[in-house]
Amino acid sequence: MIIRQITKTILLSTIILFSAIYSNKSSAQDGKALFNTYCAACHKMDKDLTGPALMGSEERWGNDRKKLVAWVKNSANVIASGDKYANEIFAKWNKLPMTPFESMLKDAEINAVLDYIKDWKPASAPVATTDNAVKTAPDKNTLYLGIITLALALAALILLFVKRNLKKLSNETLGIQAATPIPFWKNKSYITLVVLLLFISGGYMVTKGAIDLGRNKDYQPVQPIFYSHKVHAGVNQISCLYCHGGAEKGKHANIPSVNVCMNCHKSITEYSGEQLYDGNGKKVDGTAEIKKLHKYAGFDVNNANAWNPNDAKQIEWVKIHNLPDHVYFNHNQHVEVGKVQCQTCHGDIPKMDEVKQFSDLSMGWCVNCHRETKVQFKDNGFYSIYEKYHKELKNGKLDSTKGITVEKIGGTECQKCHY
Amino acid sequence: MEKKYWQSFGELNNSEAYQKSSKNEFKEDLPFDAEKGLLEAKTPRRDFLKYLGFTTAAAAVAASCEVPVKKAIPFANQPEEIVPGVANYYATTYVQDGDTISVLAKVRDGRPIKIEGNELSPITGGGTSARVQASVLDLYDGARLRFPTIDGKESGFDAVDKAVIDTLANAGNIVFLSSTINSPSSLEIIQKFLAKYPGSKHVTYDAVSNTGILLANEASYGKRAIPSYRFDKAKAIVSIGADFLATWISPIEYARQYAKGKKINDANPEMSKHIHFESVASLTGSNADDRYLHRPSETGTIVVALLSALKGEGINGIADAKLKEGIEKAAKTLNEKKGEALVVCGSNDVNIQIVVNAINELLSANGTTIDWSSTNNARKGIDADFAQLVEDMNAGNVGALIVLDANPVYTWGNIDKLKTGLDKVKVKISFGSKADETTQKCQYVIPNHHFLESWGDAEAKTGHYSFIQPTIYPLFKTRHWQDSLLKWSGDNNDYLNYLKIYWSTKLTGANAWDKALQDGVVINTSSISTTTAYNAASLTSAIANIQPPKTGIELQLYQKIAIGAGQGSANPWLQEMPDPITRATWDNYLVVSPAMAKSLLKIDLSNNGQSDSYEVNPSKKVVEIKVNGKSIELPALIIPGTHPETVGIAIGYGRDKKMGKTVVDVHDKPIGVNVYPFAEFINNTVSFDISNVELKLTDKKYPVALTQTHNLYNTSQGKRTEVVKELTLDEYKENTKVIIEERDKELKPFGGIAKFKEEGSIYKPFDKPGIKWGMSIDLNACNGCGACVIACNAENNIPVVGKPEVLRFHDMHWMRIDRYYSGDANNPNVVFQPMLCQHCDNAPCENVCPVAATNHSSEGLNQMTYNRCIGTRYCANNCPYKVRRFNWADYTGSDSFPNNQDELNNAVHYMNEDLTRMVLNPDVTVRSRGVIEKCSFCVQRLQDGKLKAKKEGRPLKTGKDGEWDLKVACQQACPTEAIVFGNVNDSESVISKVRQDNNRLFYSLEFLHVLPNVNYLAKVRNTEAEA
Repeated sequence: MIIRQITKTILLSTIILFSAIYSNKSSAQDGKALFNTYCAACHKMDKDLTGPALMGSEERWGNDRKKLVAWVKNSANVIASGDKYANEIFAKWNKLPMTPFESMLKDAEINAVLDYIKDWKPASAPVATTDNAVKTAPDKNTLYLGIITLALALAALILLFVKRNLKKLSNETLGIQAATPIPFWKNKSYITLVVLLLFISGGYMVTKGAIDLGRNKDYQPVQPIFYSHKVHAGVNQISCLYCHGGAEKGKHANIPSVNVCMNCHKSITEYSGEQLYDGNGKKVDGTAEIKKLHKYAGFDVNNANAWNPNDAKQIEWVKIHNLPDHVYFNHNQHVEVGKVQCQTCHGDIPKMDEVKQFSDLSMGWCVNCHRETKVQFKDNGFYSIYEKYHKELKNGKLDSTKGITVEKIGGTECQKCHY
Repeated sequence: MEKKYWQSFGELNNSEAYQKSSKNEFKEDLPFDAEKGLLEAKTPRRDFLKYLGFTTAAAAVAASCEVPVKKAIPFANQPEEIVPGVANYYATTYVQDGDTISVLAKVRDGRPIKIEGNELSPITGGGTSARVQASVLDLYDGARLRFPTIDGKESGFDAVDKAVIDTLANAGNIVFLSSTINSPSSLEIIQKFLAKYPGSKHVTYDAVSNTGILLANEASYGKRAIPSYRFDKAKAIVSIGADFLATWISPIEYARQYAKGKKINDANPEMSKHIHFESVASLTGSNADDRYLHRPSETGTIVVALLSALKGEGINGIADAKLKEGIEKAAKTLNEKKGEALVVCGSNDVNIQIVVNAINELLSANGTTIDWSSTNNARKGIDADFAQLVEDMNAGNVGALIVLDANPVYTWGNIDKLKTGLDKVKVKISFGSKADETTQKCQYVIPNHHFLESWGDAEAKTGHYSFIQPTIYPLFKTRHWQDSLLKWSGDNNDYLNYLKIYWSTKLTGANAWDKALQDGVVINTSSISTTTAYNAASLTSAIANIQPPKTGIELQLYQKIAIGAGQGSANPWLQEMPDPITRATWDNYLVVSPAMAKSLLKIDLSNNGQSDSYEVNPSKKVVEIKVNGKSIELPALIIPGTHPETVGIAIGYGRDKKMGKTVVDVHDKPIGVNVYPFAEFINNTVSFDISNVELKLTDKKYPVALTQTHNLYNTSQGKRTEVVKELTLDEYKENTKVIIEERDKELKPFGGIAKFKEEGSIYKPFDKPGIKWGMSIDLNACNGCGACVIACNAENNIPVVGKPEVLRFHDMHWMRIDRYYSGDANNPNVVFQPMLCQHCDNAPCENVCPVAATNHSSEGLNQMTYNRCIGTRYCANNCPYKVRRFNWADYTGSDSFPNNQDELNNAVHYMNEDLTRMVLNPDVTVRSRGVIEKCSFCVQRLQDGKLKAKKEGRPLKTGKDGEWDLKVACQQACPTEAIVFGNVNDSESVISKVRQDNNRLFYSLEFLHVLPNVNYLAKVRNTEAEA
């Protein structure tokens, strides 16, 4: 009894503790997310980008949070009010105004971002993930199984020989004439066995090869510009949707047009980060790659103001993720409605310099995910029409921990993807 | 006695050939000679081994190929409003020769791919026609002119402008010749141009004009205009030859109104009565409650007789007893519904139309069913004006002729005189977008934009403005014709500027222009009907001038709903759409009655052998038609509902081959024959009713691609009563539940209607936990126009197969409109039934598929997975509705082996050109050879609609509170809202309400227990029960 009491108390207090920690953390978390969505395209903490580095900005503004919030909402108003620092910084940045966030962010949200900036400290190197450990476990098992099988097979073979010799001996003692021994390469049973084995292994390989036809997992083509997702999405933490905004609006996630690249690269003309290496380990000159972009854009660094986005030429990127024509896939459905993270299908893009295909994009892979993934059954009003399931979830007929999977609402039917 | 329905004469007589053909889904035998046995067949062992070796080698080569590198090329500078993969809809207006329909163009990644009706338009309410639906394909027509030319040589706009301005300055009298224009800004530009060049004038010429009505109204009402007919307010409608549901003035508007009077509900079982008099079977006549046949030359006599019958003065001059009875009945019906009655007449004779005006006046239609508050601008041409122009040209009084949209060299009857006249005109300029017959005669050609590339406005009816905005950058070096006129009249504005300035004074309020463009329509008229003073002065002389009926065989030239006056002749979708009446594709032909078939063609339809040889064999007997020394030859089709002494031929065929690849057959000869030269110019109007016709049977034969006998299904009972249900208004009034009771009786052994689903089968029914899709088609509202068929083609990338393939029963339409006859074989009642995949919940196709390529979804869809399909066609064989289509050849050019297309004709190759393929819907797979396809309930739209609801986090809406997340293509296109689609599980959806409220509901072939998700509402005919 007492023990149960104690465990209960411990459990409860841990939960309370954890929830306290998490609730405390939540605003900073929001701040980070908001920063990545709205600010990271132009600002970095420790370095000037399109806009100034933000570390210590609050001190520079004389710890006047109110003014800073007003600046974020609409910088023009603060400049017009004649604020000294505001005008200084405006002049320093070639009178390039900051995007007004009045309509996009609430005061509380701006404050959350500012809190995040205030608390931000240069991070140490990220900890490597340890998913290798998970992977090795099944590998070991197969190894053991293999060894055991081999040993058993060897034992069986030895026993067979023993049996044959014993029979030979007994025949000799009984005086039965042994047939002239046939060499084993002419022995029909051996030939049959070998042919059978070859047929099975050959068949297996052909089938496996055929299934893999047209699948391009780990496809990593050379692109016209060495564009590093690691630098953009990883180091500089630009939100995926800043460039691939289509994922939120339509079928295609789409590659950004040149004018989107130029939003930042009008002012970022040099690469000064860590040395980049391509897939073959060769050094890549980041600045030269930015110059390539400027050439496509028809942008002259020395005459930045004269640039006209309509002069840009299209960049012919190599498409990595190719689905067959008879498959209908909609990013919008997965990203906005299904709330699936980009990384689920595309892998840890912020760590890849050149992007490679992370998943095999096979039908089995799609279907598996549809079998396992839960839909936003209670949160999305659309699913309110599934009255039967709602009832069964309530009365326990359906396992509520498993939830309603995509499959349950027909997500593995042919005409959900093929039409 | 059970009523008999029949689609073909063989079925009527239950002939041997019919019985045989209805047993097989696929009409062709396998390519083995049965007598010789399989081993000696055309494909011997060696060939088999060759093919085996080749395919293995091909597969090995294909497998070892590297995966091709695909490029992803984003915009250089992405426009804000374009999201790749998301369609934008722009309101614009379909305009063609006076036809004006407000539409939305669906633009996907910069190219318009589908036309939808604009639901904000009070005229059409979102309805469209087959021609409107098909117009998007004309945009991508490879035969469009690609640059301006001078004497056939490519030129630039500046060079042409300079040359034209120089020549026009001293050309003499200039004539601007056009078909009806109802764009107010354009008319102003024309006036400006005419003012700049004194002595010039504007002549409006319509190929099929309404001169008779215009001039009669001028005489009777002092207005040269066409009033708004209000078929929705009419309880009694009498039409004498006016095909108002298909081709007469404003058919979409009228069809919508007409359906309002025909839609009947259990609470108030009343409907309009429509009596139709006609000579050649038409769509409107086939929809009528009672149809009477007459000679074309009798029209005047009938109209006068009706007038006197209405006055109670008796009927004179009608010899035919049945016809006389019809007129008496019409007069009685009209008199009973005074103030709610309407009489329309398709004749182009002014005198006849004056008498019709008198009839309507007598019925107090003026101000009720005939509304003068807003007049119709669809047809303004006066035939005599053009005839005068021809005279002037011949007299050398015309110095320059500017032609827009009119094509008299093709459509004018007296072609020789016109040609000599044209030769005397020094300067000829055409704005033709294609090298049509008239444009070919012009030195200067400045091609006009397609309407989807244009700016503009249109006034379909006075006060009803509709706007045109471009949906794509012009594909070729074309220009607004208005730009040319503005330039030539010295105005420096381009047309867009001019249009904005024109409307800036007329539209009030901020953003008015933007709103007008966004909505597409601006309405500036009151909805109150007004009358106009009637003047009977001309009546007496009109009656005196009406010609007496003629004798002998007569010919009536008519318009097909798809081809019109020739506008649809180069459009393969329209050519391949089976005509609702004749069910023929790709040709024009001589329409004869069963009686004339006996005397002229020597085919007695009541004789099984003769009717079979006529019907089973696609080759039809060719008849020589001689009028006034002109002679043509055409195959003859026997169509009941045609007057025994009258024959009909459709206009719009026999086009010049420069109109495109699809107007000629495989031998490069024009499809069909141009019969405009038969038209007569008498009494100052063009008449398409021709007498003194000589017919002579030749010994030639010519194949006509009829789809009527395709897709037969022979039930074990050999009856058609299970497929369609029909009853008379009296039967229905007596007991509105008659259909339900009939069904219940039939299903009694299986649990009755209530328990049929569960007890009709040993299998348990499956759950549909979320959505269950369902469709309802009201046979009372459906008039068979075919808009849905073309909408389905455009939405679902349905291939065009061409005439040779249709002849082989290889037509691919997912949706067809079956035509059923019943009653008198010479003048039968007609029922049109749209037939599409019924998405059976207990589908017989699904359990015979060996590879599970077709199966059922939890939303009630019968799914078809093309990539799984191996082409056994078991499913098609097992489908009781015959709605599955097999890709016999590579119609879409999607195979890597070009030889798969060898045998296909021009039309297929035309559809596979890169330019034409721009019309394909990227959300729908283009099917390859060897797979079955069928209606998917527009699953791409369903998914899209669901996504929309999910994004907003609310339940799907299919008509709840008038809001729609999705409409399927056929439903959207339907001008009469006969098709309703939605979520049956939602009790608030329109489909649920329709099913709850209608006792006329029935399922086709219900007793089979296939549990269809498509229901029909039985046809109610406002007529006496048949004896």
